[in-house]
Amino acid sequence: METTSGREPAIPELESLSQTRLAECYQCGKCTAGCPTAGHMDIPPTRLIRLLQLGDSESALHASSIWQCVSCQTCTTRCPKSVDCAAVMDALRQLASERGTASPAERRTVVFQQAFLDNIRRHGRLNEIELIAAFKGAVFLRDRSLPFLFRDAGLAPQLQKRRKLHLVGESVKDRGVVARIFARAAKGGAQ
Amino acid sequence: MNPPMNLGYYPGCALHGSSNDYEQSLRACLGALDVTLAEIDDWICCGATSAHSLNHKLAVALPARNLALAHRQGLTEVFAPCPMCSMQLLRAGQAMQSDPRLRQEISGMVEAEVHDGPCVLNLIQVFQRIGLDRLKGAVRTPLQDLKPACYYGCLLVRPPTVVEFDDAEQPQSMEAVVAALGAKPVEWSYKTECCGAGMTMAKTETVLELSGRILANAVAHGANCLVVACPMCHVNLDMKQHDAGEFLHMKFDLPVYYLSDMVGMALGLGAAELGIDRHFVVGGGN
Amino acid sequence: MSRIGVFVCWCGENIARTVDVQKVVDAIAELPGVRSAQHYKYMCADPGQAMIREKIAAEKLDGVVVASCSPHMHLKTFRRAVATAGLNPYLLEMANIREQCSWVHHDRDLATAKAIGLIGMAVAKVRHDRKLEPIRVPVTRRALVIGGGVAGIQAALDIADSGYEVVLVERDPSIGGKMAGLSETFPTLDCSQCILTPRMVEAGQHPRIRLYTYSEVEGVEGFIGNFKVTIRQKARYVDMTKCTGCGECSKVCPLKRNPSEFDYGMGMRPAIYMPFPQAVPARPVIDKKTCAKIIRNGCGLCEKKCAPGAINFKDTDRMVEEQVGAIVVATGYKLYSIGREQNSDKVRGYGEYGYGKYKDVIDSLQFERLVSASGPTNGELKRPSDGKIPQKVVFISCVGSRDNAKGLQYCSKICCMYTAKHTMLYKHKVHSGEAHVFYMDIRAGGKGYDEFVRRAIEQDGAKYYRGRVSKVTEENGKLIVRGADTLAGIPVIIEADMVVLAAAMRPADGVAELAQMLNVGYDENGFLMESHPKLRPVETNAAGVFVCGACQAPKDIPEAVAQASAAASKVAVTFAASELTREPEIAHINEQTCAACFACVRTCPYHAVEKAEIRARNGALIKHTARVNPGLCMGCGTCVAVCPSKSADIEGFSEEEIYSMVEALV
Repeated sequence: METTSGREPAIPELESLSQTRLAECYQCGKCTAGCPTAGHMDIPPTRLIRLLQLGDSESALHASSIWQCVSCQTCTTRCPKSVDCAAVMDALRQLASERGTASPAERRTVVFQQAFLDNIRRHGRLNEIELIAAFKGAVFLRDRSLPFLFRDAGLAPQLQKRRKLHLVGESVKDRGVVARIFARAAKGGAQ
Repeated sequence: MNPPMNLGYYPGCALHGSSNDYEQSLRACLGALDVTLAEIDDWICCGATSAHSLNHKLAVALPARNLALAHRQGLTEVFAPCPMCSMQLLRAGQAMQSDPRLRQEISGMVEAEVHDGPCVLNLIQVFQRIGLDRLKGAVRTPLQDLKPACYYGCLLVRPPTVVEFDDAEQPQSMEAVVAALGAKPVEWSYKTECCGAGMTMAKTETVLELSGRILANAVAHGANCLVVACPMCHVNLDMKQHDAGEFLHMKFDLPVYYLSDMVGMALGLGAAELGIDRHFVVGGGN
Repeated sequence: MSRIGVFVCWCGENIARTVDVQKVVDAIAELPGVRSAQHYKYMCADPGQAMIREKIAAEKLDGVVVASCSPHMHLKTFRRAVATAGLNPYLLEMANIREQCSWVHHDRDLATAKAIGLIGMAVAKVRHDRKLEPIRVPVTRRALVIGGGVAGIQAALDIADSGYEVVLVERDPSIGGKMAGLSETFPTLDCSQCILTPRMVEAGQHPRIRLYTYSEVEGVEGFIGNFKVTIRQKARYVDMTKCTGCGECSKVCPLKRNPSEFDYGMGMRPAIYMPFPQAVPARPVIDKKTCAKIIRNGCGLCEKKCAPGAINFKDTDRMVEEQVGAIVVATGYKLYSIGREQNSDKVRGYGEYGYGKYKDVIDSLQFERLVSASGPTNGELKRPSDGKIPQKVVFISCVGSRDNAKGLQYCSKICCMYTAKHTMLYKHKVHSGEAHVFYMDIRAGGKGYDEFVRRAIEQDGAKYYRGRVSKVTEENGKLIVRGADTLAGIPVIIEADMVVLAAAMRPADGVAELAQMLNVGYDENGFLMESHPKLRPVETNAAGVFVCGACQAPKDIPEAVAQASAAASKVAVTFAASELTREPEIAHINEQTCAACFACVRTCPYHAVEKAEIRARNGALIKHTARVNPGLCMGCGTCVAVCPSKSADIEGFSEEEIYSMVEALV
């Protein structure tokens, strides 16, 4: 069902995706206290949830924090109200990616995750070299950073020496079913 | 004589990619313990971080297909050496077990019928199934010079409602295994702190900072090596160890062993056989 | 019965707005046996009651139905009204046409028809009512108080001062409870023992208080006014009649290093020990789990040293019986145990705080002992690991409390106040020290309480951070505390020398078993249930059993003391009459038809049915029968439901009455 803006209201969708009730959070701060990257975040987890409680999904969907999150699950594990904060982060990432609101400062992370998923869609299993090439290429097209393009280049011979470099990656035998699974999972995808 | 054990096996992308030293290690080690591994036929990627971050449905469907394939193959227990894979398999399984409507939908999506099970095991659980007493009895070279810091990382123990393994705050299962091998595990404070996970390429500084702190704490508590049971942690702590040291203005020289390396060494297997010579940090002033 | 008077109340507009009272009166007047029917605006008011009395006299009514509000409101009112008019009060029935009719329906026609139906049922019932008399039971005017903390002591003193004997039973070797171990109390910073010990001494010396210490209640039988209590006096191995409390035994005991219970493990005590210097009774006790003589017949030095020969290694537990008429439960609290070991699988510990792993992470009661002038470090705040004075202390609130994930949802009420107090006690001792508090909310609702917390922050310099702590680890003798401040929106990391955890208040161990003995309910957290949370806070649903103090819910000392006096006053009310009256609507067994299957004996939740024998005059046994104890029966009707021979029935709610009501409706 499409609304006039083409968007459903964000907060009910976030709650549905993450299977949480945001009202249960009583803002104790334990998630922020245990988050390994909270010190770098623009909007740490407690405040992110508070903004959602107040109806402000825009700030959350534009935040850098959701891409700085490492999905370590510490927040969810220690929450005294059993609010699945990690799942809320996942839901925010999904919506931000779908709606194009991902923070520009965290573009590389977003591009990496999208490239990874694309790689799986085509091969059924991860092809590392292809992923790195796609990732670096996509980033370079935007920011034209040669140092970035060639960073870790020295790693290749190191990996090769250790027989960890696979120029040609693995693919599954039945790639069709993988493509179909992805098609069905896409938003509004065929069933 | 102990009966041979047959386990289903879900290697995951990392173990067939740049973490194939982990697969070499566990195959050598488990082979010496009469454990045969039956790989799930035509398994697919579990989706890892990108699926659960970008597409909730996919994050259930991709692991679900593997559970269905395992069931089709008659496998009741599946060993998944990567905790990201094992956690995703467990989480998808639980979601579908409690929601029959979801299970039906996903079965349609993945073109394979999803049933309850199989049981998913991590590497520590495999050694627990083999039995610590049996391991102790099989030790030929006690690892008495090793003072490992047992590093669990995130997804072996979290979220506790999904993985239901050990204690999420003060785990001791890995220490029990290495102690049975004659090593002297240290008590330290960063057992379950995150290493930076999949940010290795996308946001390297995060990994350097987090992994650096882990290595520093291990050293501060007297460890002379690290033990892990996760390929991602291994990459961040081993391949990135030198860079992490530079980032924190420290110098690290800690070999990072897979738990299967430890068991293998204690059983008398050689470094080349286990793939230890393929690590980045070999210790001893490298 | 043929002369029934029906009185339909308007209840102002509450009933009359929805129910057509005139139509009701007209319909009811037609029923057989109804002598008069009328309506009035406020039946419970004086004119309404007068109307009932006049009609009883004028029409010689032999039964009355009042159709009005719920019997919970005015049953007693109307019973008294008919009694003053000379009619047996149990020949009155009420039909609830308010809560069960006008307040829940909108349609006037349907509500009126329903009201007529309800009143018709009441008329049918009252026709079968019998004259009943309240049951009288004798009263033993002695009270039992279980628990010798500040609440138990207060209750015991008040009851004893009212002129009644009190049996005070305390599980520990001395009375005083948790308050005896506190350093100073908020908000006055009075020395806790200084204000408590006079009460303890008074309780110990009161002519009407019989004190059993180191004792536990093991069995309770009987009913209000007539309880028989079995008390186990545990063996002290010290003859209290000979011991002078000189303390030489403790000095000579070689086993000095047992963790002290009174100091919560912060100090040590010998195997024979005085619980604390101000103990009442001031007599030592031997810990049979560690004493070498008791375990393996070694040592025995204390016996040799004791001049009056008071040591008795042959001592055994003694069982004592006491008869009492009322029981006050004041068993107090214990602290949530924080570590992995919990006494329920629904409650989990805080592995993330390192309690039990790191020596300098302690709980609030342990902190009280360390700052107490008569504590194990003589009031110098020395940290457990190395005895150094901590320069930075972090206090963490809500450890266990308000934590659904760990299993305890409630707020423990006192921790905000005592944490502020702790920061002040700390700063008063260590002027240059830093006190840091992590909190979620500040609950300081008592008299002078909020001012007290502000004083801690504004004058004593305690630093407060609004956020929980995620993890505590130890590096090089420092405790790294990772918390957050949600007001600033940042993580806060503090390197502390000591961490004090404000652990949740939980009911004392063994309370569930005690509650079962007393037929008192308890909630999912183990706190004993009061009869009504607002209006009956110290009574329980077990007649004659009262509660006070922290066993009912977390509370501070002034509340515990107030509740204790309240419970004592309820005991005095119970003892005011030489006899107690009970409502007669209880079960009775037809002993002729009873088949003695004793299903009722097994199922009665109040243990009110006994097995009895009917014997001939020459002593020959005629038959067995079940018999209801009129003092204990609460009229619940369970026996009626299970009786296969229909021998059990309830007065005032007989099967005949119930069936007649159903027939009236159909």
